[in-house]
Amino acid sequence: MSAGTGGRASVASASVPFDAAPKPRLKVEQVSYAYAASDRSAPKFTLGPVTFEAQQREIVAILGPNASGKSTLMKILAGMLRPLSGRVEVDGTEVGDFEPRTRARRIALVQQESELLFPLRVWEYVLQGRYPYGRRLRFESAEDCLLAGNALAQVGADALRDRWMDHLSGGEKQCTILARALAQQPSLLLLDEPTQHLDIGGKVELLRRLRKLADDSRYTVIVVTHELNLAAEFSDRVVLLHKGKGLRTGSPAEVYQREVLEEVFEAPLEVEIRRSGRPRVILKSSQ
Amino acid sequence: MRPLTPRRITGICALLFAVLFVVMVISLRTGAYPISVRDIVMTLFREVIGRTDEVPAEFKLVVFGLRLPRIALGILVGAALSVAGAGFQALLRNPLADPYVLGVSSGAALGAILSLAFSPHLLGVIQLSAFMGAAATIAIVYFLGRRGGQLDSGTLLLAGIITASFLSAIIMFLLTTLSGHELRGMAFWLMGDLTTAPPTEHVLWWFESLFTIFLIAAGAIYTTASDLNLILTGEQEARHLGVNVHRVKLVVYVAASVLTGLAVSVSGAIGYVGLLVPHLMRMMFGTDYRLLIPTSAIGGAIIIVAADTLARTVVAPTELPVGAMTALAGAPVFIYLMRRRVR
Repeated sequence: MSAGTGGRASVASASVPFDAAPKPRLKVEQVSYAYAASDRSAPKFTLGPVTFEAQQREIVAILGPNASGKSTLMKILAGMLRPLSGRVEVDGTEVGDFEPRTRARRIALVQQESELLFPLRVWEYVLQGRYPYGRRLRFESAEDCLLAGNALAQVGADALRDRWMDHLSGGEKQCTILARALAQQPSLLLLDEPTQHLDIGGKVELLRRLRKLADDSRYTVIVVTHELNLAAEFSDRVVLLHKGKGLRTGSPAEVYQREVLEEVFEAPLEVEIRRSGRPRVILKSSQ
Repeated sequence: MRPLTPRRITGICALLFAVLFVVMVISLRTGAYPISVRDIVMTLFREVIGRTDEVPAEFKLVVFGLRLPRIALGILVGAALSVAGAGFQALLRNPLADPYVLGVSSGAALGAILSLAFSPHLLGVIQLSAFMGAAATIAIVYFLGRRGGQLDSGTLLLAGIITASFLSAIIMFLLTTLSGHELRGMAFWLMGDLTTAPPTEHVLWWFESLFTIFLIAAGAIYTTASDLNLILTGEQEARHLGVNVHRVKLVVYVAASVLTGLAVSVSGAIGYVGLLVPHLMRMMFGTDYRLLIPTSAIGGAIIIVAADTLARTVVAPTELPVGAMTALAGAPVFIYLMRRRVR
């Protein structure tokens, strides 16, 4: 596997000058945000400024310890929160200016699933991704069904089609949620801690799938994750957040430096660069 | 993949209408003055061709003066409460939500009583104040049901039940102290029945206006059916998918309050229909709101007409309030649903 990723890494780095010339898919410019209990009190938490860009076919991992502002940044990228200052642009348009349904055709967000009130079949769930296309009160067309079926096939979940959502395993559910996001036919795919409830096999499987989606279908993928090594393995770019500040942005090898990571995660760590050029983080033993 | 089509909705609704028709015929012919189906058909036929003088007077009184208006009222109330129940279940994201359980019906009853006490002769005022009572109550219950900024299922139900009993106490107090007004009895407001006589003049006009309000409010909820499906899967996710959650909630909130107010103003607080019927329809036809709203409306009509027919025959010659019948069936279902959720 390391040979394969190494090959892709070199392709990616070689093509950077060409990809950088056209407009980036996602442009995050000096974005900041502040939470306050009320309008007048001092902010409890501030984010930013954060700046980074993402091209098509790129996977960007947003890393950082708990309460570093990852989820807030994600909400801003998804257009759910308006930044206090700065801009988030998708294909040249500011995210906050999108009409909600237009936004849903450009940006799909995969979150931890909420509790379902009433049972739902997998295909019904995936078809919901077609909501932004068409009128408010709508009936799904044959095309919608085709696209939903394709989305399920893309995540390798064809067989789940007629299963009930609440009978799925964690990994299967994650696949289904991803399929619904793909049914939205977005250009930007945001994933908020998608690996949280998966075992190691499931995590690798999911990230491999995202890599393939980015490479083959030109998605731009932004992932919030706690998995330093998986992020190093699969992402093109890393944004490291620390206490609400955008601390470092760059390739995994540029960002993964021992002192930086130790300070951010407050743990004794070692970083080694593998032959593929991608770093690996190891917990330093106490002896 | 077999997505819902308008054709399937029409088919299922036609089937339910057929059932409703059968129930109506049975209801028309049962009672202290038995009428055969043949007589009903003949009477209707004579009415249609304009030879009304051939219909015996007592017959006319029973069919057109008593049973038919009562059936029409049952259809209206059952449909309104069931659609309101389905709406509240989506609005509050709680399968146990129902206008009666949440105290909304009691709020509407209180509004109606107040209007009867202070301006009894103004048309439409009773419906308006019942609507305001319903809207105020659901707003109060909503805010009492929040915990840490989130709507909490258990807290919401408790808040509703407490609000209902508090409002019932006020209703009892008012009905006891405001004697002398034409306020109807306690059993009517707290249990509900269908004995309200429509005004002797303008019967058709009266029914037409009530059904028009029903159609507008239920139609408003129906326009949000696709959005409600997504909101039920997850409010945040619905927002990401482009649903204007605030607008949808406002529409459902107002329309469901109108429907509750409408039903309560003519039949008192009939309980559990809004809980029972949508769940029954979900079990039969699935959870899709595009199908659930029309089937709940027709199903609610069927259930209330059937329940009322039972209510006036089981202990004949006396009558039970129809609310007692629905509570007999509804309360066990409520407990069943609650236990299934807890498990």
